[in-house]
Amino acid sequence: MICEDCNSRKATVHMTKIIQGKKEEVHLCEECARAKEALNFENSLSIHNFLAGLLDINADPQFQTQYSGVQQCSQCGATYDRFKHMGRLGCSQCYEVFRERLAPLIRKVQGNVNHTGKAPKRAGGIIRLRREVNQLKQQLREAIHQQAFEKAAELRDQINELEGRIEGM
Amino acid sequence: MTGWLKETGPQSDIVISSRVRTARNIEEIPFPHSLSEISAKEVVEKVYHGILVGNTGFKDDFKLIAIKDLEEIDRLNYIEKHLISPDLAKNTVIGNILINTEETISIMINEEDHIRIQCLLPGLQLDQALDVADKIDDLLEEKINYAFDEELGYLTACPTNLGTGIRASVMLHLPALSLTGYIQAVLRAAGQIGLAVRGIYGEGTEFLGNLYQISNQVTLGVTEREIIRNLHDVTMQITEKERAARKNLLNTKKIELEDRVFRSFGILKNARKITGNEAMQLISDVKLGASLGLIEEVKIEKINSLITMIQPGFLQKHYKTSLNSIDRDIKRAELIRNTL
Repeated sequence: MICEDCNSRKATVHMTKIIQGKKEEVHLCEECARAKEALNFENSLSIHNFLAGLLDINADPQFQTQYSGVQQCSQCGATYDRFKHMGRLGCSQCYEVFRERLAPLIRKVQGNVNHTGKAPKRAGGIIRLRREVNQLKQQLREAIHQQAFEKAAELRDQINELEGRIEGM
Repeated sequence: MTGWLKETGPQSDIVISSRVRTARNIEEIPFPHSLSEISAKEVVEKVYHGILVGNTGFKDDFKLIAIKDLEEIDRLNYIEKHLISPDLAKNTVIGNILINTEETISIMINEEDHIRIQCLLPGLQLDQALDVADKIDDLLEEKINYAFDEELGYLTACPTNLGTGIRASVMLHLPALSLTGYIQAVLRAAGQIGLAVRGIYGEGTEFLGNLYQISNQVTLGVTEREIIRNLHDVTMQITEKERAARKNLLNTKKIELEDRVFRSFGILKNARKITGNEAMQLISDVKLGASLGLIEEVKIEKINSLITMIQPGFLQKHYKTSLNSIDRDIKRAELIRNTL
């Protein structure tokens, strides 16, 4: 394939752009691609691309396959791969879903993973309970999966109790 | 007219303005970049309701503006006045702003995060800016359930804003440190203690007009006041170094300094056409001269306001017409002559 810009060199860079649902393919040689990239310099150096880049540095291939795109945020549908691509999470729930995987990156950019500043006045207690419920629900799914029904029943009661408390708050 | 432009504050010989920006998101609603138009409207309503409905004390002070309803010149003008970000200006679908009459507070809605509260004050007033932003935040919190996590603090679309969601910055005029080259050491030191330094106008233009913006990078694991205190202390140190460098110039190279300042003043008062870059450099000289008392006939705040007045958006708004770059250079020179 020949480069679409200079029509002389071999096209080695292939890009697919999707603009408002319309798919457009671009095939360029390295030189022309770089010239285009230079025009786009500000974009390519945005903090989000930079963050996404940080994730891939020194990534252990085994570690990557272990997760391989199964995890999806139940609220917004975002996957971890999408975050890697965009450098932004889809919604606040994503932080809960991808908590473990995000921790190293957060430590890298913030040097810290424990908030010490302001907290919403009325939210403190509820947030703790909600997080507990989410954790229990996760355990419940695992218990059902392992057919440990006695444990599942126990967990279900705990969840109901906590949810009752949240509603009463 | 914008409050931070027409007045001066503490340390105003060097510190032009202080800014605190707080990022917040609403629970259970996707972040703006993956938000439907309908949900985005809901976000706008919630914020509007939080600030303007009920006894908030802000009822008559704020106006809500949809980015899509603004002319391009107005958008540019708001960016130049630092009231909205370039990103928000581009968002003509769901982007909105609430701005107070004084133009010291702007609440950006559906930018990268649902809510970004910004307070911008003249001079070095970081604590005051945080107080204002905090008050708005408390007010919104009464009606909005924020996305918050005990470990990670306020949750933001980008992990670089997690925790406090606070980005504090100061805009500094550092001509003497730049002239003597000491600025490099200052910039390096700032970087080492977790502060970011960049130019003010246009990302590519390196420190145009010797203006520098310094801001915190870390937002998580530190309290709001710690962020402010750290930036304040570093700013005071840089301010002292700049003053010492100015004094040194005055003692050792007075005639050269005066020559430069008055030549620049002369060009600004007489030029018939001038580019933005040249004007920025000359204004920097005149501002230095005024701060040192060499020029007494022009007030610092007038020079500060010139920095914004010569930008393309402001010029076109002022002359109520769109101008090409040659016309802009002519009108820019005219506006500077009339102001000085």
